[in-house]
Amino acid sequence: MTDLKREFHISDIMYFAKCGAEAVIEDDVTKRFTAEELRTWNFLTRTTHGHQFISARLTGLWVLGGIFRYCLLLPYRVVLLSVGLIWLFVSTAVVGCMGDSPMKRKVNQYISLMAHRILTRACSAVVTYHDRENMTKNGIVVANHTSPIDVIVLSCDNCYAMVGQRHSGFLGMVQSALARATHHVWFERSEVKDRHLVAQRLKEHVTNKNKLPILIFPEGTCINNTSVMMFKKGSFEVSDTVYPVAIKYDARFGDAFWNSSKMGMVRHVLDILTSWALVAEVWYLPPVTRKKDENAVQFANRVKKEIARKGGLVDLEWDGQLKRMKAKDSWKSKPQEDFSKIIKVD
Amino acid sequence: MDCPGVLAVPLGSVVVFTPISHNQIVRLYSRFTSLDKGGNGFLSREDFLRIPELAINPLGDRIVHAFFTESNDETVNFRQFMRVLARFRPTKTNSNKNKLNTREEKLKFAFRMYDLDGDDRISKDELLAVLHMMVGANISEEQLGSIADRTILEADKDGDEQISFEEFVSAMERVDVEQKMSIRFLH
Repeated sequence: MTDLKREFHISDIMYFAKCGAEAVIEDDVTKRFTAEELRTWNFLTRTTHGHQFISARLTGLWVLGGIFRYCLLLPYRVVLLSVGLIWLFVSTAVVGCMGDSPMKRKVNQYISLMAHRILTRACSAVVTYHDRENMTKNGIVVANHTSPIDVIVLSCDNCYAMVGQRHSGFLGMVQSALARATHHVWFERSEVKDRHLVAQRLKEHVTNKNKLPILIFPEGTCINNTSVMMFKKGSFEVSDTVYPVAIKYDARFGDAFWNSSKMGMVRHVLDILTSWALVAEVWYLPPVTRKKDENAVQFANRVKKEIARKGGLVDLEWDGQLKRMKAKDSWKSKPQEDFSKIIKVD
Repeated sequence: MDCPGVLAVPLGSVVVFTPISHNQIVRLYSRFTSLDKGGNGFLSREDFLRIPELAINPLGDRIVHAFFTESNDETVNFRQFMRVLARFRPTKTNSNKNKLNTREEKLKFAFRMYDLDGDDRISKDELLAVLHMMVGANISEEQLGSIADRTILEADKDGDEQISFEEFVSAMERVDVEQKMSIRFLH
């Protein structure tokens, strides 16, 4: 390696200047947190830049499409959504009265599939499931995350136990309804910080063969479905085998991405309900088992790579939390180290 | 983006100063507005450093600084944004005056990254400080010192132990500045 080294030259600064200017023009991370850019206009949004006035005919079509989406599709979908939610509340309440038995699990499976299928109809979802033989009945399922809708899309085909923080308000009501029918892992706000406790609860759940597979989104935040970002290692410390799932939405029919820093949940649901449709593909990947010499981070990266490859997504190492926080100063040390390696010192 | 656009900026003035095509201006304007989180038509230092790849660039602060010396202010507007980026356009043979992408302008940009106090000279301390930013704690102070001494010795011609812009230019004589300081997107 030593012969690759060379002496520092004053022109070396140009490399950093060029990289910096390139990042200002376009970077790989921030664009993952805004809606994907489409090659052609899908008659859905009119933004201040991007798709502007093109012609009177297209504008006319857009207006007609708008009338169709808001006056016909939306009311119909709102009714379906209400039916689905009412069914979810009523049926889980009934199942909740039953004692724990194989019978209860069977009934829960039916009502859960039914409720979620009604809910996906409310978004006119067309979901294609590939490689269903890899579907699991236990263990940990990890998937890439675009929107809370992911849960509904996956729950149409299989039943999952949810993991997450306990919410208040409407989401909290849904959570307690779900919890009546089967075991989910909800944490109180104060418990989330306690990594040991979280891991312990998950481990208990996974080792019990009577409990549903846990669905986890290890990115920890919604990404715009063009890439997979860093997987948090936590979920990969619980079990040595995980069942990866890749979800890819077709952006032409509507944007499934929930930009949580920009819009609330209600706005996001409204956007979905007024889109043309929710077209998605789901791939069940074969289970991935941790290798002997692998640590949790390497294991997580390997699973992430598989999901990215299957879903046709860009595999990024960046942390999805950059949506809200700034890059840490300590991350500078990696490029500094790389540069030092090629500089010859006496 | 391949659609015709109507922009709320006086494009004329941008075109005059920066020889960048209309499409690229539209694209860069879209980039500018998406970086402008406050939505107020100018960028702050925070807006720049929100780009992770720039924030982890060892010389990220110097690059951001270049935008603010262009504007002489605490904010950067679109025209100033474009003027800085125009330095990274590939140089064409039919050079004319007022262009920002000449070899000399590119060299000036690089020179100013070293010139921390803006006195048009690179002193040993400035060179050391920039070297330190580039390598972090991976090379000892002593070794960096000898690298800085050697670099100054090689470039310094008038014996003032500093590097002036003229000396900088001659030290760069055999460097392919055009290739090292050009971004293909801005052709």
